[in-house]
Amino acid sequence: MSQRDSTQGPGGALPVSSRVRIQSGSLPHPAGTVAGNGAARRELGLESVFEVSDVSVFYGAKKALSGVSLRIPRSRITALIGPSGCGKSTFIRSLNRMNDSVPAFRLEGQVLYHGHDLYASNVDEVEVRRRIGMVFQKPNPFPKSIYDNIAWALRNLGLKHDLDDRVERALRAAALWDEVKDRLKSSALGLSGGQQQRLCIARAIAIEPDVLLLDEPASALDPIATASIEDLMHSLKGRFTIVIVTHNMQQAARVADRTAFFGLDASSGEPAGTLIEYADTETIFNRPADPRTRDYVTGRFG
Amino acid sequence: MTEVAFDPAAPLTPTGNLRRRRMFSRVAELGATGAALFAVAVLAIVIYTVVSRGASALSFEFLVTGAPTGIAPAIVGTALIVALATAMAMPVGVLAAIFVTEFAGNRVSRGSKLTLDLINGLPSIIIGLFVFGLLVNHHTQSGFAASVALAIIMLPLIARGAQEVLLLVPNSLREAADALGVARWRTVLGVTLPSALGGILTSTVLAVARAAGETAPLILLCSVFDPRHMDLNVTEAIPNIPVRIFQLSEEANPEGFAQAWGMSLVLVSFILFASLGARAMHARSRRKMTS
Repeated sequence: MSQRDSTQGPGGALPVSSRVRIQSGSLPHPAGTVAGNGAARRELGLESVFEVSDVSVFYGAKKALSGVSLRIPRSRITALIGPSGCGKSTFIRSLNRMNDSVPAFRLEGQVLYHGHDLYASNVDEVEVRRRIGMVFQKPNPFPKSIYDNIAWALRNLGLKHDLDDRVERALRAAALWDEVKDRLKSSALGLSGGQQQRLCIARAIAIEPDVLLLDEPASALDPIATASIEDLMHSLKGRFTIVIVTHNMQQAARVADRTAFFGLDASSGEPAGTLIEYADTETIFNRPADPRTRDYVTGRFG
Repeated sequence: MTEVAFDPAAPLTPTGNLRRRRMFSRVAELGATGAALFAVAVLAIVIYTVVSRGASALSFEFLVTGAPTGIAPAIVGTALIVALATAMAMPVGVLAAIFVTEFAGNRVSRGSKLTLDLINGLPSIIIGLFVFGLLVNHHTQSGFAASVALAIIMLPLIARGAQEVLLLVPNSLREAADALGVARWRTVLGVTLPSALGGILTSTVLAVARAAGETAPLILLCSVFDPRHMDLNVTEAIPNIPVRIFQLSEEANPEGFAQAWGMSLVLVSFILFASLGARAMHARSRRKMTS
């Protein structure tokens, strides 16, 4: 896989570029690129952001995810649904390498992001996450002021000019501005759960990522807060590619363009999560091809 | 299996060997309570003795003049030595804690924790001897040598205390920072350390309280001084409280005994207030972080 070039020392040392911070705008291309998938990328009629082929994930000896292949289209909302413990979170966390910090994590297969191998040896995971943001199940604002929650990452990434402006735009985009504009300097921990989660979304979009991964963003929220998060997703669609994990099927039906149904597959020995069906949301909910999908979306899952 | 061992309809009074088991548990409970009371009594008796014997020596003059009437040089000297030791131990201790909690893998982190615990278990006289060989032998005693020894004693206390609070910082905050594409070190500076600051200060104060009374290494490293005058030059031996207490107790001089008790009272009060204050601070920052 690794590209051999003149910068490589005789001792087989890593290319110099593998450790330095990559400038925004281009992942280092040669190592990860796989030729010949340009045509496949247009199969959906849409450009793909992620092309996942035959990905399996292991935690130590335990297989958590088995043989997942799918394409995630650009500027659309893709929902991942399915019962607990079938690898949805594992999968979404593999899309921005959040699993790297999990001990004994191992991934087989390939994840292409705009054609670049996300797990190539010269890819810097900090740069990956700078472009592929993530919002977690439980709101996790920093114990800082509302303003600093958003400004902190901006400052660290060198986006210092027009800081006030950027913060305001992010808060407006997350439909939170009117509620907090008079108390930007007060602690973010004083916000309600729904407001905190919208703040986390504002924080994630402030750095203008390419993709937004949402791991059950509304599961800890009440129905009203959930509705506002869903409205938010609709308004963000088009600006970002969004991937959302949800337990709530109505939510997937309401917000997503494409839906992937994950389930447990015990065919090869011990059960592991796998992708069962992936199609337009309308198809998944009205004309699912797989009986397991039909049982799940109609509530007959055993 | 089908037969029930007791009659469910019988009155709910002790049956079988329950009486004996109850007696045994009563005795065990009494023993444990007694032991705990004894530990409290030891502290109370020590404090009572120090206060009752030391209080009479205390006066404004005692605190602000040099020997033979007062102990001001020793107070200043101890403050200086401990401050210097803190300046050495705190950065190293905090960085070591950050390494263990934020960067090290599982195995390395267990190794470093064990190392710190072993340093913590080293007898202070051994540390004194080591620093004596390193800095005093062929040179002279110095306040600096004393600071180095105290820094070695403080290091594991600060590092382990800081580790404990860094581990309390929720992982979700690290994940949040990771997900924003911020490098790990920036996360440590911007998110993790500020959250843990209260706890780190607490463990530092506890370490200061411990080091302030440490005597054995100072007898080797910083004991030939003139107790009459202030001395701020740490390249030579400077007056300090623990060694001065030791010296005065050795002399056949009743006034010296009284002064030694007075100094003990000053030292014990400082240590008690520092420890209690630090623990109160710790409880507060813990509540703030876990709520």
